[in-house]
Amino acid sequence: MAERTLSFKDFATDQEVRWCPGCGDYAILKAMQRTLAEVGAKPENTVLVSGIGCAARLPHYVESYGFHTIHGRAPAIATGVKLANPALDVWVITGDGDGLSIGGNHLLHALRRNIDLNILLFNNEIYGLTKGQYSPTSRIGTTSPSSPGGSVGAPVHPCAFAIGAGATFIARGIDIDQKGLPQIFAQARAHRGAAFVEILQNCIVYNKDVFDGVVNKKTAADHQIPVRHGAPLIYGKDRHRGLRLNPDKLCLEGVLIDDHGADALLVHDETNPHMAQMLVTMTPPLPTAIGVIHRRPALSFNRAFWNGKSRARRRKVESLLRQGNILDHR
Amino acid sequence: MSQQFADKTSHVVRFAGDSGDGVQLQGLQFTIASALAGHDLATLPDFPAEIRAPAGTRYGVSAFQIQFGGERITTPGDAPDVLLAFNPAALAVNLPHLTPGALIIVDESAFTAQRLKRAALAANPLEDGSLDAYQVCRIDIAHLTLEAVKPFGLGAKDSARCKNFWTLGLVLWMFDQPRHASAHWIQAKFANNEAVRNANLAALNAGHAYGEIAELQHILAQHPIPEAPLASVEYRTVAGAEALALGLVAAGELADLEILFCSYPITPASALLHHLSGLDEAGVATFQAEDEIAAIGAAIGASYAGKLGVTSSSGPGIALKTEALGLAVAVELPLVVVNSQRAGPSTGMPTKTEQSDLYQAVYGRNADTPLAVLAAHSPADCFETAIEAVRIALRHMTPVILLTDGYIANASELWPIPNIDDFAPIANHKPTAATSRSIWQRDPATLARLWATPGDPRHLHRVSGLERDIETGHISYDAANHQAMTDLRTAKVAKVADHLPDQGIDQGILGGLAVVAWGSTYGAVRQAVKEALREGLTVAHIHLRHLNPLPPNLAELLAGFGAVLVPELNNGQLATLLRDRLLLNPAQLNKVSGQPLKVAEIKAAIAEQAPPRLQEAAHG
Repeated sequence: MAERTLSFKDFATDQEVRWCPGCGDYAILKAMQRTLAEVGAKPENTVLVSGIGCAARLPHYVESYGFHTIHGRAPAIATGVKLANPALDVWVITGDGDGLSIGGNHLLHALRRNIDLNILLFNNEIYGLTKGQYSPTSRIGTTSPSSPGGSVGAPVHPCAFAIGAGATFIARGIDIDQKGLPQIFAQARAHRGAAFVEILQNCIVYNKDVFDGVVNKKTAADHQIPVRHGAPLIYGKDRHRGLRLNPDKLCLEGVLIDDHGADALLVHDETNPHMAQMLVTMTPPLPTAIGVIHRRPALSFNRAFWNGKSRARRRKVESLLRQGNILDHR
Repeated sequence: MSQQFADKTSHVVRFAGDSGDGVQLQGLQFTIASALAGHDLATLPDFPAEIRAPAGTRYGVSAFQIQFGGERITTPGDAPDVLLAFNPAALAVNLPHLTPGALIIVDESAFTAQRLKRAALAANPLEDGSLDAYQVCRIDIAHLTLEAVKPFGLGAKDSARCKNFWTLGLVLWMFDQPRHASAHWIQAKFANNEAVRNANLAALNAGHAYGEIAELQHILAQHPIPEAPLASVEYRTVAGAEALALGLVAAGELADLEILFCSYPITPASALLHHLSGLDEAGVATFQAEDEIAAIGAAIGASYAGKLGVTSSSGPGIALKTEALGLAVAVELPLVVVNSQRAGPSTGMPTKTEQSDLYQAVYGRNADTPLAVLAAHSPADCFETAIEAVRIALRHMTPVILLTDGYIANASELWPIPNIDDFAPIANHKPTAATSRSIWQRDPATLARLWATPGDPRHLHRVSGLERDIETGHISYDAANHQAMTDLRTAKVAKVADHLPDQGIDQGILGGLAVVAWGSTYGAVRQAVKEALREGLTVAHIHLRHLNPLPPNLAELLAGFGAVLVPELNNGQLATLLRDRLLLNPAQLNKVSGQPLKVAEIKAAIAEQAPPRLQEAAHG
């Protein structure tokens, strides 16, 4: 009997979704469910591991195996899941506080080991579930209950952090982008190694429209640049702008194609971490890079871990017990 | 040589020198030779946390103590009767602990003005009369070693490093113990370095020959020790960390489960990681995590995915794991957590032993978060205790804390090699094709839930550190449900006791004093009680493996005694537990010096508490 093709609704649980009305998480959940359906994922082989925070509730709403764990530790727990059963498709659902503050160490090591996890970091630049304190990605000057005079610490850039950690797959997506986000998720899933996806997520209650400058539909074309491997880096409503490498300053600059010619534009090479570094750290007036920014093949940790190890138990206990110098007193 | 010394059927020998002198290796080799000679034995490695502490300092002294002999040996000995000191600091640090009239063998070449100063000695103890109460054997070990290895053309430094084998040869001669195991070790270790190999072999043989020919018979004589009355089985020596590793391997075999051992390096727990890292052929894979929290996290992840997760640390690392332990309790996954306890608080004294994490194990989590706790009592006992820990974790779907300590982890003893077939297979709660119960339906005998794991299409579910509905497993903040879940978690761990054997008496007589102990004090308590019984006191030794829950008959058993004494290497933690759980008020013997309890210390406490036997009292 042929297996029934699952639709995105088959990946929904019977649990009532408990995010604030209008929260960007709804869109991400839908993109997740659509991705799993579109790629033909088996629910029983899909494991979602989350930490703590609003994002971390997501596994409760996806009909698969789900483990909602403790604050910041999802990458560590997911590492154990993947090592124990490498056949599983393991996702880590985390946020900016969970993944980059309390759990920064685990994220760092999951990425540098290159264990085959799909790590989705919902970045809303604020703590939601604890009622709105500034987070490690909050911009300087963010006013919050714990920073009434504005936050003073510089933020971490999630994708730049991932590059620093040696990540082999780095992508950035937008919660409401129901066309692009499932594509990014599918590519993250297909990557054999740690896949890091930063999702710009709108916290409607505590940090409303913090990404408006990027995602506002009216201006999005000028403020986002979709990146595609092998294609020139072009953006703008009329696709009249592009990114050029200024070799004297070793930085990217936005130029009018008419002024410099299409040949002057940088062509995206997703395998080049140095280009990725420049793309992910662009700030206005440069556009925000969206899509798969970096991807390079590398041996995954789970494969390296089991390489040469026999996973079939052998009856070695007897001989182990008898190793060393034996006094035969019989 | 005193007659008293010559007549002894067991000896306590302590090797002491700088951290880089190879004293631990020397001790281990002597241990193996003792075992091969048919002696029972117990050892105590005692070394500083610094890897190569500055040479010649008192705090840099590394020592290895062994008691061996032709009788049952359960402790490394209270006081050495032979001290081998490579330098003035090693002599000064250990002198106060020697038995009166002990034999002291020193490398006299090390007693220079400069090195006396490094050891903070104002005068040379070899000359100022401070050793008058001892028998002192001065040998120019450095010079004799250099002479012995001269033909092999090593540099001065490498030549000098052979002195541990030279001295080992001498001590092996003293006790008429075989050299071949050490010779084999040298041959294997230096297989690719002929000069070093031959030099060490020559040193070993030269030290041995020195004993034969040196005109020191008045001091240094051969003391053959009779064989111990061992049962007719095969024996080997085993250190605690090694026995624990083998126990986990055996448990995996008995449970037919792969083990994922996830750990972060910490003294003195790392030895377990090292032993297991070589055993992946036997069904244990090891993962060195980025920190203590990740280590337990990965272990929990492994158990969630259907393997058995095991993690290991020492007290400070266990503290870091605590939140994750709560998660494991909440989601009811099997997990074994080994704590090789060390002296604390905080970083404390990493290489020194203590039993002070019992509160942490039993009580040390937020909320009502019970789990099973058990403790190994000796190096060899780590094997069975590891199997028992795995059995409980899988039988009850619960985390289990296995307490050992720095002393047990590093100490060695003679071990009758167990037969794996003597242990019952270990069952678990994974669903089979025939399983009809749902994940959260309880097995009535254990209250365990079903161990449904990813990959199984019949049991898709979400699990969480959030409180869940007792029936459905979904998130629930319902008041009555939280009460029911809390009660369930409590009842589940209490249920472990239903499956425990009755607590027995290790040795002794009912009616008088019960010495109730746990963990590594076993050997010393056993010996102290044995001697007290011989001296006519009404005393018994009860040693607990299961600390939470306590054995079901313990209250009843202790009701048969007039008094209870709890000796332990902390400020009274088992005493508190007994007070809490059994409403007892035991007398306490507490020691927190980083050193094991001595037999004499326990005997003194017993003498204060234990009544003489009635019959003898009447006569007396």
